[in-house]
Amino acid sequence: IMKLRLSNPGLDDRILSHQQLDKLEEDEAGDRPKWDNKAQYMLSCVGFCVGLGNVWRFPYLCQSHGGGAFMIPFLILLVLEGIPLLHLEFAIGQRLRAGSMGVWSEIHPYLAGIRIASMCISLTVSLYYNTIIAWIMWYFFNSFQDPLPWSQCPMDASLTGFVSECERSSPVDYFWYRKTLNTPPTIEEDGGLQWWILLCHICAWSVLYICTIRGIETTGKAVYVTSTLPYVVLTIFLIRGLTLKGSLNGIKFLFTPDLTELAKPTTWLDAGAQVFYSFFGGLISFSSYNSVHNNCEQDAVIISIINGLTAVYAATVIYTIIGFRATERFDNCLSGNILALLNAFDMAEGSITDNHYNQVVQRLNETHPEVIQGIDLKTCDLTTFLSEGVEGTGLAFIVFTEAITKMPLSPLWSVLFFIMLFCLGLSSMFGSIEGILVSVQDLKVFPKTLPKEAITGVICALCCLVGLIFVLGSGNYWLSLFDTYGASIALLVVAFCEMISVVYIYGIDRFNNDIKFMIGHRPNFFWKASWRVISPLIVFLILVFYLVTKVSEKLLYKAWDPELEKFPTLEVKLYPHWIYVIIFILAGIPSLAIPFAAIWKCLQKKRRKNQI
Amino acid sequence: MLDKILFLLCLASALADERCMPDTPHGFQVRLSIKTALGDEAYVWNENEMFLFRASLAFAMRNHMNGQQFEVSNIIVCNETMRVSFWFIVTSPLDTSQLIDQENVEAAIRQSRNRINSAFLLTDKTLEFVDILPTLATLYTHPTPPWLIVFGVVMGAVGAGIIIMLVSSVVQKKRKTNGKPQDKDDDEETRVKTVENGDAHDGVHNMSFSEDERFTKM
Repeated sequence: IMKLRLSNPGLDDRILSHQQLDKLEEDEAGDRPKWDNKAQYMLSCVGFCVGLGNVWRFPYLCQSHGGGAFMIPFLILLVLEGIPLLHLEFAIGQRLRAGSMGVWSEIHPYLAGIRIASMCISLTVSLYYNTIIAWIMWYFFNSFQDPLPWSQCPMDASLTGFVSECERSSPVDYFWYRKTLNTPPTIEEDGGLQWWILLCHICAWSVLYICTIRGIETTGKAVYVTSTLPYVVLTIFLIRGLTLKGSLNGIKFLFTPDLTELAKPTTWLDAGAQVFYSFFGGLISFSSYNSVHNNCEQDAVIISIINGLTAVYAATVIYTIIGFRATERFDNCLSGNILALLNAFDMAEGSITDNHYNQVVQRLNETHPEVIQGIDLKTCDLTTFLSEGVEGTGLAFIVFTEAITKMPLSPLWSVLFFIMLFCLGLSSMFGSIEGILVSVQDLKVFPKTLPKEAITGVICALCCLVGLIFVLGSGNYWLSLFDTYGASIALLVVAFCEMISVVYIYGIDRFNNDIKFMIGHRPNFFWKASWRVISPLIVFLILVFYLVTKVSEKLLYKAWDPELEKFPTLEVKLYPHWIYVIIFILAGIPSLAIPFAAIWKCLQKKRRKNQI
Repeated sequence: MLDKILFLLCLASALADERCMPDTPHGFQVRLSIKTALGDEAYVWNENEMFLFRASLAFAMRNHMNGQQFEVSNIIVCNETMRVSFWFIVTSPLDTSQLIDQENVEAAIRQSRNRINSAFLLTDKTLEFVDILPTLATLYTHPTPPWLIVFGVVMGAVGAGIIIMLVSSVVQKKRKTNGKPQDKDDDEETRVKTVENGDAHDGVHNMSFSEDERFTKM
């Protein structure tokens, strides 16, 4: 295969040579911070990769794309896309010893756009991700009471009945949409600042500040807790979940393979996107703090395996609890129907059992059809309850919280669950904030005399202020907008450009030599093939698919509107026209920054040449 | 004479039975779900249980309508089914031909609902008086919301932590600036030493002279 390489003069002047790197290592000079030990580094990487998506996106994808069969595309793409991407990030960070943003200017000045795009994406993600952590904290604070506030409807003003909005939906829905978010019916109405969420928002940013106050010095200590605690809690929940009735129904439902799903391209693309989003991000900064001869190949494989296994483990745990909830709902539905029948026909208790229910209904329908019509018998189907497929905030704050209220000792389980979510979210935030911090330091925005604590403080305070948009009543709508458009397309573009830059602009030969220098042997055929062809191709395909689907579909959002007839089902509404501008800013500007920056730098160079 | 009394009694009881019927405007339907409530420890519904029911209803009526001495015989039950559901009406103790109206019966039952429930080890749901809605239990409202307390604790801890970190870094810096003049002296001393050692090293490692000597010898 002809090796395509783009000319890159002056590369040697910009980066440190191998000898210089070794000398730097011996003298322990240089002002880059270092990890205290390997464990801190591994835990930080694991913490960054394992995030909320593993808990609330992967189980949903798994269940909706054919259960156990989804593992096949997921694992294949993990190996073909995830591990090479991770190894690439680790190697380039370790070699060039600059942050996620700085490496690109070193490789080629025209690639400054990647740095701008990365910074925009990190900033966008930091803004809205911490609001999710604020919501998690709100639920955590509210878990210290028995009974839990989302287990019952509150009374209305006249104390004669329950609040109507709550009666028509459910206590968990009411607590989430009204008591927590206080959502208005549309995105145009802002609903004002919700003071209770504002307090949690400030608390979330304060906790983040204290953990990142001195960069990796402090985050390195924090990850001992935030990266390990989720596993402990998941195990506790697994043990608790398996002892509940109906948990095995959930696991069976999750893992029953439906191989016909493998023929659909959306399954493969969703698997690819899931692998991509969990592996990609600010890991270049993390590995740049390592020693030069750290074995990044081994690290990449280990972390990928851990990430994949965690996703499967979390899915199992979540589905034991969902199985329990679905079985509980099914049993209640059936008992309700049986009671209605007993009351209507004055039969003795216990004369209709769950097993004979269907036969009895049939028999009674033949003999007394009018009576059966009079009673409103609900259809009870376990599969329907199990496939009330929820992902994202719906899973954590509605479905799971409901399941917890049905377990004995609910406050304990609630506290554990929200601590776990908090740790998962916080460890992912460390990576984003680290990315912004390093970029700000590299760009020399602040004077050098300003201590690190102050810089971190300023960044956290600014993000906290801008993040106030998510504390408004309509914050939930804004958050899903940012989540759908801010982090998705631009990230794919950046990843694709990064891979092309390293392989073709930096040069695959030079990269292979670097790896030989760092870990002692050249990368084998698998790595070379995946970096040069397979992984960029997969990312490109996912990007094209995303663009095609997003551009062709109408821009809709789901709103909570008590006035509407179909309440409590979420109403699908069209975004107003001015949202298109915001979507363009979120997704378009980072993506377009890359080519525009390249062109601008080129023009700058030409102008300088002309001047000389 | 005895025949006439017997006949009148039969007539009276027959009249009473007729007044008690399903959908009667003066009474209520009751439904018990004993197996649902107690499971394995469910008791069998028999005449004695019915007697207890009538007695507790009489107790409820006595409580509500002060002064009137209701007896078990004033509570008339009919239409018992396998479900364990039946209708009942209440007659006045002063005049058995008169029935107590629905509002009074309902009020009496509401007042003593708890006592009637506990007599049967049942709840509002499992001892159902059809058309008498149970009073909803009000949630206990805390004087200070508990979440605010937890928030205060967490925020206080984080705030204290931030202050400690900032103060410790300021103290560290001050120690560095105080220690720097002393460090400078140390550096000069070590530099002098290295210069001395350097000369010695240079003397040892400077191979050029020895090689030249060899060559010149040759």
